[in-house]
Amino acid sequence: MEGLKLSNAELMVYIHPSKSGNKLKAICRELSSLLFQYDETFDGVLLAFDVTVKSKAAKILAGLSPYFGVKVDAKLVLFNPKPNSLVEGEIVKISPESIHVIVLGFSAAVVTDLDIREEFKYKMRNGEGSFVSMSHKRHVLKVGTMLRLQVESFDEEVMHIAGSLIPANTGCVKWLEKQSEEVSHMDREDRKRRKIA
Amino acid sequence: MGAAEVLTDPSSLYNMGNNDLPDTDNVITVRNALASVHSGESDLYDQLVETIQINNRSDHEVGAQIDTVLKALSCSVACIDTTHHRRLLAAIFGMSLWNHKPHVMDALVDLLVSLAATSGKYLDSCLNRLVGHFVPPGWVINRLRQQRVIDLKREVLDRVHEALLKISLLVPLAPSRLFPILAQQLPKINKKDQVVVIYVENLLKLENSSIGQVGSVMIFMMVMERLRDLDLEIDWDDILQDDSNRGMFDMELEDAMNEGDEDTSSKNIVFESLDKLMVTSFHHLETCKLDGRLDQVFEKLFESFENFILNTYKSKVSQFLMFYACSLDPENCGVKFGSKLMDIFLSSNKPRPTRQASLSPLWMSAVAYLASYLARGKFLPVSYVATMLKRLVDECADYCRTCNDDIRPDAHQLFYSGCQAIMYVLCFRMRSILDVPRFRSELIPLESILMHKLNPLMVCLPSVVGEFLRKAKAGGMFVVSDSFIFDDLLESELSRAFGGFERLDTFFPFDPCLLKSSNSFISPNFIYWSMVKQDDEEEEEDDAEIIVNGDEESDEEEEEEGDLDYALNKMSITPKHSFKNKMERDRLMKMPSMIRPSTSPPESL
Repeated sequence: MEGLKLSNAELMVYIHPSKSGNKLKAICRELSSLLFQYDETFDGVLLAFDVTVKSKAAKILAGLSPYFGVKVDAKLVLFNPKPNSLVEGEIVKISPESIHVIVLGFSAAVVTDLDIREEFKYKMRNGEGSFVSMSHKRHVLKVGTMLRLQVESFDEEVMHIAGSLIPANTGCVKWLEKQSEEVSHMDREDRKRRKIA
Repeated sequence: MGAAEVLTDPSSLYNMGNNDLPDTDNVITVRNALASVHSGESDLYDQLVETIQINNRSDHEVGAQIDTVLKALSCSVACIDTTHHRRLLAAIFGMSLWNHKPHVMDALVDLLVSLAATSGKYLDSCLNRLVGHFVPPGWVINRLRQQRVIDLKREVLDRVHEALLKISLLVPLAPSRLFPILAQQLPKINKKDQVVVIYVENLLKLENSSIGQVGSVMIFMMVMERLRDLDLEIDWDDILQDDSNRGMFDMELEDAMNEGDEDTSSKNIVFESLDKLMVTSFHHLETCKLDGRLDQVFEKLFESFENFILNTYKSKVSQFLMFYACSLDPENCGVKFGSKLMDIFLSSNKPRPTRQASLSPLWMSAVAYLASYLARGKFLPVSYVATMLKRLVDECADYCRTCNDDIRPDAHQLFYSGCQAIMYVLCFRMRSILDVPRFRSELIPLESILMHKLNPLMVCLPSVVGEFLRKAKAGGMFVVSDSFIFDDLLESELSRAFGGFERLDTFFPFDPCLLKSSNSFISPNFIYWSMVKQDDEEEEEDDAEIIVNGDEESDEEEEEEGDLDYALNKMSITPKHSFKNKMERDRLMKMPSMIRPSTSPPESL
């Protein structure tokens, strides 16, 4: 899973004087208002944070309401899937024209039939639709499957990912991992054989 | 697949539409038509747009055509381009479920869901289009009594809810985009009453769905805000002054209808609208109770009450939403409501960085709500009322201990409101509380509070004080000084002073509900003054059987009874006008036995 990053940030949080009673709560409240929103300063969607107040000194702003600025050190978990990066999510709907996925529980991703590689064919079994690979019969994509997809574009406003299943390293996460294990196992076996020979 | 099925079983959403796949040829044709725009040959595309724009509900062939096109479009959403296919998108978003047969409705809803889920660019437009159906067209509103239209309404709105649910399952952040749209499209209060009612019905239906789980509080805020707006449209001058036999409000409606006065009829629309909205909300609370989630919903309801009603200047009806929720679940919601109001009032003595005066009306309002609630809630056990009274008494006693000031109503507003609240509750509950020795003993500090230099008996509303003293004397609560002689004024300069500009001294929020239908929900759990009065009379009759009075004494009693009746009639009447002149005073002397709501003098508005 790509697109996730941990950032350290030095922030100045401005707090309303009425919230001076519990400053830490006020700081968390301010930062919480940024959660699940794309922020250009952070260059990503804020998913989680952890703050420590740097000093007891605060800068008071001149004005009608004397807001005060508190300097904090924050660890931020950010999500910003760049084009061509690989993200993972659960399939929630499958139709012949599209696969709908939810990434990290909040971001909707869709792969349209134009972006599904030829290898996959849509099939209906027991009233449930699925995409089955023609070259690997066990590679099946259905509702509930964890899917690895390539990001084509990310709509920051509505957190919508347009994805693609064209690259070969995309598809069912479980199957792909099993494949890579088998490949590495076969590699090891080859090396052993070469050594014996 | 019916809407009801989908709403109860979200897993069925995952396979939606797959059983009714469109012909592959049609999909290819539509995709070609969409692609043709890029090459400049737009004949096919134009035909496509024209087909969608046909608005002929009765023609089956046209319906079938539209159905086919919409289904094929649902499968070609990825080929739609916001720039090149602007006309097509405008035509799709211009379609209304109200104008089509069920099979076209299904196709349109599927297309909107596909558009919303496939690209973030269409999400807002799709949500907007779907929410737009919560406001039915005029012809539907005018024929709402016809079964055919009722069925159509159900068919359309069920599909809209189903679609919103599907979108929220496919796009988890969709509710965050939906709520601002819902708030934006909420009809204004000057719209036909039925429009607002249908919209609110749908809001509450959403609250009951999985979408409500994330935005319940926002939905309640919207409903509360609309209730408050309607509430504020009703001026106290619109409420009829006197009718002892029938509900004053229904009489006003009838009379106003007959007069055909335009202004009055617009007021009636407001009354009816508010009444219907209240009833709709009551039904929703009942559903929440049946689903076992009333306790959870109550927290959100209180939050919206605190935001919109508590700080609203003398709300008349909207607050009964809280009263009804409490009556449905007295043990949880009922107790929470009183405690939360008490906490707000008691937060007044905490040190604050901001000026205390700015929050004073809120605290006074909270204690006014508390007093009225404790007095009127039939469902509240005496033990709870006594506990709350004890907290109020202790608070006032603490205040007395630390304060060495003389009568200064404006400087000690909160203290006087607390005292008035205690007396007001006791006017209703005195007998049941004094019957239990433990509760009686908890009220002992009250005597010292009333005898304090701040002299609450001189400052609080004379009608409340007079009735309280009479009951205290009858119940032997403490020795009442005969020096307290009150004239028949319903208010005094001092009470006016402590009530402040807002006249919160005369605010009793849970005086009888003025709306006919809403009142039918409230009245079974409501203590009317007449009930208290009846109890008192029965008690007096019992006493009379034991005590043999001399002639002289019985004459005195009769006289007293006459005064008593007047005092009872006054009880809980919040003076609407000050006694500026004799005529006004004479008019107010003819108060109905049904207790009138609290009102304010015009000069304070």
